[in-house]
Amino acid sequence: MNITLLLEHGLNGLQFGLMLFLLAAGLTLIFGIMDFINLAHGSLYMAGAYFAASFTAMTGSFWLGLLAAVIATALLGVILEVVIFRHLYQRDHLSHVLATFALILIFNEGARMIWGAQPLMLNIPPQLARPVELLPDFYYSSFRLFIIATGLAVAGLLYFVVTKTRIGMLVRAGASNREMAVTMGINIKLVFTLLFAFGAALCAIAGALLGSILAVQVGMGESILILAFVVIVIGGIGSIRGALVGALLVGLVDTLSKTLLPGALKLLMPMEMAANLGPALASILIYVLMAAVLFYKPQGLFPARG
Amino acid sequence: MQSSLHHTISRKFSIGILLLLIAFPLLATYLAQEFYIGLLSRLMIFALVASSLNLILGFGGMISLGHAAFFGSGAYVVGILMQHGITSAWISWPAAMLTGFMLALAIGSVSLRTRGVYFIMITLAFAQMLYFLFVSLKNYGGDDGLSLAQRSVTGLDMSNDSNFYYLVLTICATFLFVLYRLINSRFGRVIQAIKENETRMEAIGYPVFRYKLLCFAIAGSVASLAGTLLANQNMLVSPNLLHWTQSGSLMVMVILGGVGYLSGGILGAVVMLMLEEILSGYTIHWQLYLGIILMLVVMLLPNGLASLPQKFMSTKKTQGDQA
Repeated sequence: MNITLLLEHGLNGLQFGLMLFLLAAGLTLIFGIMDFINLAHGSLYMAGAYFAASFTAMTGSFWLGLLAAVIATALLGVILEVVIFRHLYQRDHLSHVLATFALILIFNEGARMIWGAQPLMLNIPPQLARPVELLPDFYYSSFRLFIIATGLAVAGLLYFVVTKTRIGMLVRAGASNREMAVTMGINIKLVFTLLFAFGAALCAIAGALLGSILAVQVGMGESILILAFVVIVIGGIGSIRGALVGALLVGLVDTLSKTLLPGALKLLMPMEMAANLGPALASILIYVLMAAVLFYKPQGLFPARG
Repeated sequence: MQSSLHHTISRKFSIGILLLLIAFPLLATYLAQEFYIGLLSRLMIFALVASSLNLILGFGGMISLGHAAFFGSGAYVVGILMQHGITSAWISWPAAMLTGFMLALAIGSVSLRTRGVYFIMITLAFAQMLYFLFVSLKNYGGDDGLSLAQRSVTGLDMSNDSNFYYLVLTICATFLFVLYRLINSRFGRVIQAIKENETRMEAIGYPVFRYKLLCFAIAGSVASLAGTLLANQNMLVSPNLLHWTQSGSLMVMVILGGVGYLSGGILGAVVMLMLEEILSGYTIHWQLYLGIILMLVVMLLPNGLASLPQKFMSTKKTQGDQA
């Protein structure tokens, strides 16, 4: 175990955590303000990745593709909100679960029909293809650094919008007491639609960036959706700060335990046993983390409604 | 006038269905359509596990997204015991029920401290932990799962699908009846009242937590039993049984059928599995159509399929009133 390895995995964890934050931020606002459980949030992430792959292939430029994907996914979010979700806000959580589960099926199969069953490749832009030397003899992918920078920038922007602007004030008002916000005459309908567009746009950024590292494929939304839910539950539903802390925690714990735990276990037990137990324990760890947080703080770390 | 907490089923209707189910294998064998015997066994098993989820979700108001944990662990008890040479159903099935019960007691005693969405997530967390645990147990098949050499030994010839079908029918009918009696018992009333207003029940002096925990554990135990049946039906136990998507689809079955309706779990399981079966026969893109149908049900029938007769009757009544 050397320090550069630790640094590399730490940065990977940070990068993954920030992408989780992009998903979790939209999810937690939609959940916190509208009290709407959106299982299809992961589908918007998948849609964003597919859009980015298609538009990049069409235009030949990653950056144009990314921009077009963000706009297209935001539009998709608006359409979903206006056509379907708007009619479900008044209904109970279980209706949300069923409706958005149905959407997952529709989106997955739709993507398979349009783009085929094979995963698509989304190449990273040539400007960011080379690793950079961060420390003497420590090289790190410049694209991952770019993801980290983007995540931090979005987090900063979100912080600014939510705490300093008028629209952010409306959002916070909605999150802490929805009825009061409506009573005070806020056009909550418009805020909801905008919020959805915004959440979808964040999904698209995450989808395009992570899609370039991993692969763009059907079902990519579901595995990350659960992680995003874990994040917002750890952080406290409706809280942006909670989402950021939760996302970094989950990202770091998930990445570090997956890469370091098997090696650490080998020191403690026979090789074969460690090889079996390591990955499982690593996958379990974030759920243990969540259960532990909820055990001590049943409302999450930074509850929005106090 | 019956209380609104009393849930009845039409005796004639249930006995009719039961008779049909008893006659079915004879008919299927006569028409050389034995495939459908296995399919119907599967439907009944899922009807049982969905009904056990409906007990806590629909009647107890505990939205658990980890029900597959009990379903799957029941199956694993059968698989693991069989690997160690214990093939008797008389040992492994009760053992599975006990395991499900104890597991649900343990998970419930932690989870029930939380409310609402947090409860959904913490039950999910425990189920995922079990899922990854079984994935890592390489001795018991790991990712690939565990195939059973034979069905559990009961005294009947279990390799005969009709015999197995009748066993499943007997067990499912018995336990569905037990759930029905439970919901209409004093215990069931308390559980439903807690769902309506927990603080009030606490104030009256009911040990709310203990009631909820017991209800959760009973549901876990029944789900485990259904798991043993499914393990025997498929002759395979796989970690996928515990995955969160399995919990999700059980939940979807209950919501589709009708949360808090006696027939909700049964109806949801049967309709969902039949839709899968039928649609996948026509097109490889069946999931798209399944999604559209589910969406239509949510939009048009907010309380699920089981509310359909009520809705139909009430519109007929209002039409009659107008005339």
